[in-house]
Amino acid sequence: MNVAELSTIVVWGATTAYALAFGAFAFDLARRAEVSTARRVRVAEPALVGAATGSVADPTGGASSTTRPAEDGAAVTDGGPGADTDEPRGDAEDAGNAEATDADDAPAEYRPGRALGIAMSVTTLGLVLELAGIVLRGIAAGRVPWANMYEFTVVGTFVAVLTFRLLTLRRDVRFLGAFVLGLSVVALGLGLTAFYVPAGAVEPALQSYWLVIHVTIAVIATGMFTVGVSASGLQLLKESRESGSPRLSHPRFGMLDQLPSVRALEGLAFRINAIGFVLWTFTVMAGAVWAEHAWSRFWGWDPKEVWSFIVWVVYAAYLHARTTRGWSPKAIAWFSIAGFAVLIFNFTGVNLLLHGKHSYSGLDTGS
Amino acid sequence: MARTSTPAPLPAPAPAAPGPALPRLGVRGALRWVWRQLTSMRVALMLLMLLAVVSVPGSMLPQRPQNPAAVARYLRDNPDLGTWLDRLGFFDVYSSVWFSAVYLLLFTSLVGCILPRIAVHARGWRARPPRAPRRFERFEVHDALVTDADPEAALEAARASLAAGRRFRVDTDTEPATARTPAARTVSAERGYLRETGNIVFHLALLGLLVAVATGQMLHYRGQALVVEGRGFANTPAAYDTFEAGTAVNPDSLVPFTLELDSFTARFDTAGKPTFFEAAVTLTEPGAAPQDHTIRVNRPLDAGGAHVYLAGNGYAPQVTVRDSAGQVAFSGAVPFLPQDASYRSRGVLKVPDVSTGDQIGLVGFLLPTAVINGDSAYSAYPQPGNPALVLQVWRGNLGLDSGVPQNVYQLDTAGMTQVAGADGAPATVVVPLGETVDLPDGLGSLSFDKLPRYVALDLRYDPSLGWVLGFAVTALIGLALSLFVPRRRVWVRVTEEGGRTLVRTAALARSEDVGLVGEVEQVLDAVRELGPADRVQGSPAAALDEPNGAASARLSGAVTPGGAAGRDGDTEDEDERR
Ligand code: HEM
Repeated sequence: MNVAELSTIVVWGATTAYALAFGAFAFDLARRAEVSTARRVRVAEPALVGAATGSVADPTGGASSTTRPAEDGAAVTDGGPGADTDEPRGDAEDAGNAEATDADDAPAEYRPGRALGIAMSVTTLGLVLELAGIVLRGIAAGRVPWANMYEFTVVGTFVAVLTFRLLTLRRDVRFLGAFVLGLSVVALGLGLTAFYVPAGAVEPALQSYWLVIHVTIAVIATGMFTVGVSASGLQLLKESRESGSPRLSHPRFGMLDQLPSVRALEGLAFRINAIGFVLWTFTVMAGAVWAEHAWSRFWGWDPKEVWSFIVWVVYAAYLHARTTRGWSPKAIAWFSIAGFAVLIFNFTGVNLLLHGKHSYSGLDTGS
Repeated sequence: MARTSTPAPLPAPAPAAPGPALPRLGVRGALRWVWRQLTSMRVALMLLMLLAVVSVPGSMLPQRPQNPAAVARYLRDNPDLGTWLDRLGFFDVYSSVWFSAVYLLLFTSLVGCILPRIAVHARGWRARPPRAPRRFERFEVHDALVTDADPEAALEAARASLAAGRRFRVDTDTEPATARTPAARTVSAERGYLRETGNIVFHLALLGLLVAVATGQMLHYRGQALVVEGRGFANTPAAYDTFEAGTAVNPDSLVPFTLELDSFTARFDTAGKPTFFEAAVTLTEPGAAPQDHTIRVNRPLDAGGAHVYLAGNGYAPQVTVRDSAGQVAFSGAVPFLPQDASYRSRGVLKVPDVSTGDQIGLVGFLLPTAVINGDSAYSAYPQPGNPALVLQVWRGNLGLDSGVPQNVYQLDTAGMTQVAGADGAPATVVVPLGETVDLPDGLGSLSFDKLPRYVALDLRYDPSLGWVLGFAVTALIGLALSLFVPRRRVWVRVTEEGGRTLVRTAALARSEDVGLVGEVEQVLDAVRELGPADRVQGSPAAALDEPNGAASARLSGAVTPGGAAGRDGDTEDEDERR
């Protein structure tokens, strides 16, 4: 087995770790859902539940703390196993799950459980593996390992997960985990199967330090936007639930109640997207400088250039929508999602469907 | 700011014409209304989205400036639709009327938007921080403590902590006692003016970028030349295969340097993928001695204020054709165009100057590493391992005298017939490097003497590049300032209550601002250093102590997108000033 093959195996390992972490994060979200459901029931019928469990110390405290961070659960340690018995019908499955793992720790209020701990550790493990895979790939190819679509996917997901992991150090945004890791697993799966190309040297047009500058920043920006759009997506779901959408009102989506408020999610998405936007601006400019060196013009409306420009304009519109009075958080979130959709098209569709100078996918030969 | 972000109301009565608006709007009023609409954020937003939309077709349809051949092909394949698309400018989207209209409107809007903001900001630059609002509880971020320290000392500690390092612009003030409130001393502080400065700089830089690019369009020129090893060219429009210049360029004014290609090096990996291209050239600038340089794909050469790029390369087989009389009818290197990654290259040899008989045309391929099996011939590798020419032969009139310029890579077969071999099928001659082969039909012979390489050079002169880069970098810096510099206001009110000193403080940010809580706490910490202090019952300190998540969640709620609080920094001063 040579170094390049080892790299691929390690990336498969990272993908597996992410998939496991995704499962654990999803499980954790399901648990949050249950907690909310339990609380809802209690708030709705305090007397009844109180009688049933005999240990409801502070129902109001529970009800008002929807935006409390997960670490803050320490205050509430009460709530007997009986609380679970009041699960609404039809949700028995979830309740059963919870009991299986946490039988005597009834979630009167959501507390980060073992699942979340596992999810975080496995995420870290995945990051270490993925980094190893990236470094090995670089060694095998004898250059920076982000010169074709497969490599871009690997590095991009690494940055997305790393961004998420770093954010969790400063703020409790672990609720984003399922989304960021879910997106990353899908992207890596595609990368390893559909976009895969063996490691090799790059053609002369790519032999430039601009490959390092331009592509690195592009990857980081993409990672940022991925986390940003996860927050926007959650914001939209939460908002739908709060406005009584029939589908999202289902107790299964109770985890949405555990998230920060709609406005807080919107703010989070903005902060991350703003960083992404500055990086993207830099990406486009660095690309132009590179194009001036490599293709003898800084801008030539090549399909990749066109779509990078469109990405930029849509995110600029997003920022303007935020500063325009009268735009709801919901409308703003749609801009963020539109921006991300265009970004993804720029990465996939433009490389695979439209033919331009940016044929760095490594998938089509000749030109 | 107020103007820019007000969702442009329906026809606003022009201030000059009060009363029932519509009937008296008139031409001036209408123009004013249009201008207001155009410079409103809502329209700017629409124009931005529109710009994104109108950019799309240019990436889906072939574009004339980039790929005229593809446009011609598209028109041939879709005559009806194509003609219409062509008429509407879809094959040159980025110069089309509609694309230009959108971005010009957008930039007009930008100017209309930015000018008033510059005026407002210039006034704000000298302005003092707004005075402390009456009720601090109104703000999401507020806190208080009581201390035994002297009120003046507490005030000074708070003021100093805000002013330290010139972070905040700070004022102090006195409030007389009223029926309901005791006398108080206040501190007002504000920071982050650079945020708006950055925003204005950013928008102006975009405008500068547009102007610089447009100027470059007028002042630039670009030429393409194909140069075979051992040959050169001079920097005059006539020396280029294609030459194109902006409207403000005088073609006679080009710096007359000459450039000669000494050699070209290409390397490929074992799979045949290129790994290295380098052209060794000799550059002679007017009045200077010849100098050796190299040009690589990412490393253009500076020559006479222009850049010379290595745009492509290929082989130019050097051949000698003798006619049926044995006279040399043609001798020279003929560039062949690579068709694939193995450098199977296509080319045409036109031999008009025969001493007797028909003119000769030869069409076919150069195979750098030829593998020939009966009917099939291909190149196994891009390097010249076993070069061979595989050509078909035509005789007749090449049509070169018709006066119509011909494509050197195409044979006009209108006046020619293809020479057949013994079996009646078109004859194919295969000429390995260094050999001479007789042409069929007694047309003469062909020698494949040498296999030099050629490079395609792109020369570009654009004096605006420095400006374009300068504006781009300025825009980037302005953008970062405008997004990341926090704009914050902090107020402190010190009163004496029950013999102790009550210090209350509140803060407001312009947009999401995780650091805002820290500002308030820093002020109170400075007061705490003066002596023992107690929390005030009911103050939100507990909430502020919460680990990150909740506190900042509440914070960002404070300044809602599009909400009144914290937006429009300069207009809301009025209501805060009581
Ligand atoms: C070429 C067109 C334009 C582009 C690419 C552009 C881009 C941007 C960007 C990226 C920002 C974000 C910086 C920030 O949020 O602070 C911004 C902010 C802003 N833009 Fe533009 N803009 C354009 C035109 C306009 C126009 C026409 C207007 C006015 C009608 C305008 C008004 C504003 C305002 C008021 C802000 C400040 C938002 C704030 O302070 O938070 N822009 N612009």
